[in-house]
Amino acid sequence: MELTCPLPLNYQQIVMAHGGGGRLMQQLLARVVQPTFSNDYLNQQHDSAVFTVGNQRLAFTSDSYVIKPLFFKGGDIGKLSVCGTVNDLAMSGAKPLFLSCSLIIEEGFPIETLQRILQSMQETAEQAGVMIVTGDTKVVDHGKGDGLYINTAGIGLLETDLIIQPSSIQVGDAVILSGDLARHGIAVMLEREGLDFESEIVSDCAVLSPLVQDLLQAGIEIHCLRDLTRGGLASCLIELAHSANVHIEITETALPIIEPVRTACELLGFDPLYIANEGCFALFLPAEQVASALAILQKHQTGQHACQIGTVQSTHEQGLLTLSTAMGIIRGLDLLSGEQLPRIC
Amino acid sequence: MCLAIPAKIISISENNDSLQRMARVDFSGVIKDISLAYLPDAKVNDYVIVHAGLALSILDEDEAQITLAAFAEMNNVS
Amino acid sequence: MFHKQAFRNPAIAKKLVAAIAQISTQPWTIMEVCGGQTHSIIQYGIDQLLPDNIRLIHGPGCPVCVTPLAYIDKALAIASVPDIIFCSFGDMLRVPSSHSDLLSAKAQGADIRIVYSPLDALKIAQENPNREVVFFAVGFETTAPTTALAAQQAKQLGLKNFSLLTCHVCVPPVMRALLKSENCQVQGFLAAGHVCAIMGYQQYHPIAQRYRVPIVVTGFEPVDILQGIYQCVQQLEAGRFEVENAYSRVVKEQGNTAAQNAMQQVFQTVDRNWRGLGEIPQSGLMLAPSFDAWNAELKFNVQTINTEEPKACRSGDVLQGLITPPQCPEFGKTCTPEHPLGATMVSTEGACAAYYRYRRGVN
Repeated sequence: MELTCPLPLNYQQIVMAHGGGGRLMQQLLARVVQPTFSNDYLNQQHDSAVFTVGNQRLAFTSDSYVIKPLFFKGGDIGKLSVCGTVNDLAMSGAKPLFLSCSLIIEEGFPIETLQRILQSMQETAEQAGVMIVTGDTKVVDHGKGDGLYINTAGIGLLETDLIIQPSSIQVGDAVILSGDLARHGIAVMLEREGLDFESEIVSDCAVLSPLVQDLLQAGIEIHCLRDLTRGGLASCLIELAHSANVHIEITETALPIIEPVRTACELLGFDPLYIANEGCFALFLPAEQVASALAILQKHQTGQHACQIGTVQSTHEQGLLTLSTAMGIIRGLDLLSGEQLPRIC
Repeated sequence: MCLAIPAKIISISENNDSLQRMARVDFSGVIKDISLAYLPDAKVNDYVIVHAGLALSILDEDEAQITLAAFAEMNNVS
Repeated sequence: MFHKQAFRNPAIAKKLVAAIAQISTQPWTIMEVCGGQTHSIIQYGIDQLLPDNIRLIHGPGCPVCVTPLAYIDKALAIASVPDIIFCSFGDMLRVPSSHSDLLSAKAQGADIRIVYSPLDALKIAQENPNREVVFFAVGFETTAPTTALAAQQAKQLGLKNFSLLTCHVCVPPVMRALLKSENCQVQGFLAAGHVCAIMGYQQYHPIAQRYRVPIVVTGFEPVDILQGIYQCVQQLEAGRFEVENAYSRVVKEQGNTAAQNAMQQVFQTVDRNWRGLGEIPQSGLMLAPSFDAWNAELKFNVQTINTEEPKACRSGDVLQGLITPPQCPEFGKTCTPEHPLGATMVSTEGACAAYYRYRRGVN
């Protein structure tokens, strides 16, 4: 958003918000990372890079997983590390095939815990129909890591001719959400040390490629897909509106949020529109295909809450996301600086 | 000051020392132990307004009903 | 949950908006005191629902916003002492001091932890008997009782490794200060509902009488806020200036007397600087001498830190209703949520931050 008129970088050092999925992270990528590596594939700014080898279009992506606690309701760092990378591939329309697994382990980490996590990775990989075929292991000094960090990279095959990317979004498209909002972020937050909340909120962490493959096989003309991770729904749609130069409007009363998640957000002063999911995506498609797409998504347990949440209204030079509120007011949504912090006042 | 929301008292751990009086409360599916140190009259099933781990006041259901009834009676104006 | 949906019901809200339009015959300017109310107003777009003749001024009611630079510098000085565990509410972490903020200090290795309650900080102190644990106690009269409870419990337990950096502030003195100002535009107040849940509203009667302004105790849901505005306009139109309670399900006239007693035991009232507003007499709470052993300012010898406020920031004018945030020349330019110049851009509840976040790009 500041690409044309950058604000000064205010931090000389990396702060947590640089990884929070908000404005600071965008600034870091736009000013430090992207200019250094700049090339046509990177500049697509999609979850995966898509390129052609011979006659085949392939998708390639990588992601690192750093999470406290390592185990949470509905998943663990292992499951997350497979879901996240598989989902990034799926968001380009690719069928995920192979993953790598790199482990950065802190000295003193129990091998039994490591085995549990690897087992979880393998089970998730089987569900997703991918194989973990290569990897690496490093050990760092005690105190230099939170037990375990995982990096996975993945390769997938595009069997569709559709170009699924932000620039394919068209005015008049419907926006479908595949699941309920903010569940992963809240599930993890409530289990963090220091907050001492109890709840039955389970992370939505799940593999999304079967949903996408079913949509493609049914001939749904997908224009764009984006899974909601850091920064939540609002950050995801703001980035897409910006990349596609469109005005997207979503309807507050249509947004699926389960009651305990809504309450937890009120308790901590969070806006659920900016909280992470790990098993939920936004889908842009022609409005006339909404009913058939919803029918396909709702057959999957992960997609049972799928619903239309908005539309692409018009072209817009800088990109704009607005929310039509329950009170009948329309207001703009902007990126947050970084991760939301629990607030008291 | 601002972020205080209602929760239902599920149980109270009585303590002779009022400073240590705690309650387990339910914020629609999120459970937390909070202090009842300054609400000696709060009982199980009461809704209390909670801020930063402390119950500030008991929510008065009768008053809520009176307020809502007044809105219902308010004439529709066009 | 409990009636929540009823107090967010758009149909009731619209009824109230229509009623406000029907009874108001001239322009009125009303201040909502509490930042939580500002948040609701912007989030639900209540200011856009209201008839044009009703103008809302967003008040100073965000304790994060008004915490003076000196205290943030004190917090940073304490947090950087080796082996300290410094606990704070999340919203204080991004507030910049003269040279840094707590998030940056955390990035440089300070052990800074976000807690939900001062009581959680107390627990951390009990679990870490070999380390000093400090809690940064900010907030209005709503939050002060929880700090008082933590102080009382620490004293009772004889907990020696726990202390409080206390910068609580009180609402009535700042209302008086705003009303005394020659330029004050405020004709009626929505008083902060949760402050009144603790303090009651007896102390507002003299303010309403002396300055001839209606004061309506108001809650935080959209219907609550519209009800507060409706009652305020009713009084203004009738030429009345009384204290009324539009949040009777939560607030009683006498407030929470047990909490008030605890505050009297633990705190003493002092003059306090407000970021963007300057010094307001008898507007702050600090630990009473009987709690010196738990006073972090004394324990870590930071009481002499004194920091000047920046001059470019016009948050004082915003708070007094003299300008709206976009009228400030620095708004959105040198002053953004990533790099705030002053109080009202700092917290998500600050008037400038709320405008920046919800209004940019629309219209």
